[in-house]
Amino acid sequence: MAFLKIDNVSICGIAACVPKNVERNSESPLFADEKERQNLIESTGIEEKRVAPEGCCSSDLCYSAADKLVADLQWSKDEIDALVFVSQTPDYILPATACILQNRLGLKKDCLAFDISLGCSGWVYGMSVISSLLSNGGIKKTLLLCGDLTTRQNCYRDKTSYPLFGDAGTATALQYEEGADGFRIHLATDGAGADTIIIPDGGYRNPTTVESLKFEDLGSGKIMTRLHSRLDGMSVFSFAISKAPKSVKGLCEHFGIDINEIDCFPFHQANMFLNETVRKKLKIDAEKMPYCMKEFGNTSCASLPLTLVVTRREELQSKPMKVLGCAFGVGLSWGSIYFKTEKIVVPELIEI
Amino acid sequence: MDIKDFIANFAEQFEETDVNDIQATTVFKDLDEWSSLLALSVIAMVDEEYDVALKGDDIRSAQTVEDLYKLVKERA
Repeated sequence: MAFLKIDNVSICGIAACVPKNVERNSESPLFADEKERQNLIESTGIEEKRVAPEGCCSSDLCYSAADKLVADLQWSKDEIDALVFVSQTPDYILPATACILQNRLGLKKDCLAFDISLGCSGWVYGMSVISSLLSNGGIKKTLLLCGDLTTRQNCYRDKTSYPLFGDAGTATALQYEEGADGFRIHLATDGAGADTIIIPDGGYRNPTTVESLKFEDLGSGKIMTRLHSRLDGMSVFSFAISKAPKSVKGLCEHFGIDINEIDCFPFHQANMFLNETVRKKLKIDAEKMPYCMKEFGNTSCASLPLTLVVTRREELQSKPMKVLGCAFGVGLSWGSIYFKTEKIVVPELIEI
Repeated sequence: MDIKDFIANFAEQFEETDVNDIQATTVFKDLDEWSSLLALSVIAMVDEEYDVALKGDDIRSAQTVEDLYKLVKERA
């Protein structure tokens, strides 16, 4: 297992931004009948989600979150030394969206900026990278932006996936702080599961052709093109209920973390049945595991920070907290992170 | 790993089906109650009871309850 102990770093604030536009599963034309609709809503726990309008990218959602967060923190833009953008829906194939955001946000040119291509596990991985950069004191203030347009990745005609996903963008501000407890992180990968969640065409392995644009009926209500995400729900479920608890337990054992002392467990918002199975395996109290999938669905790498902003804003601002997050999904990639917060800045959820 | 126990554990995931209708030779996907959610319950049960991770392909390729039992037994 890959365990990281990263000292001298602390979170200063977290912000999240979602599109104003709401789509409700109660109004979705995808279901054959009411029974099917109700079954989906009940088993997934997802009632509605936010959908970015045409012309709005993950970077726009992250930009709004970052801009507000930096203002509320009263940071000067030239203090920011690094910007890492985590997404699998970048503005362009190239240049990296982080470079575009460096310019849009008015950051200095002496700024590290790069993209990380990861989905569900993206915030945990992103935190490990950006905090590692901060840890030795060479840079002082950083922004981790995580966001995805999952509603574009999934086909609007795929009734097994489209109702589960939503759009969001987030910003997490981290700084170098000598003596701070930092983070304890576990990370892992299993590329054998690459086909479990995949967009087959449009990359360089299978370049886009006329065939890529054709709708295919894969059975069981899955209608999509090869430019859309295809998800093997059963395999993802099986992977998550096995690996997520092992990751959390492994992290706690390795670092001597007492799971009973944790205040909050923000986990990747996949669907209620999956998340509850994981929670029960870990014997975590329901009040300690917040959910926001009911209103926002699965928002990929934005999932953990969005959950914290939407469900724990007051507590994060008013008192110290011990947090243990776990994220798992596309790759297959997963990880857990433990950290403490000390009255951080959390703006209200931004809607654009 | 006993097949009777496996069938009992498997049958426990069903709420509306008569337990006598679930045997080793039962083609489980033909049962009225079978659904994608039930498939997930079975995957969760196999993980919990036998510490085996069934994949989507396993459920798709297995026909009878005994087919599933054999898959799980191989990996237990």
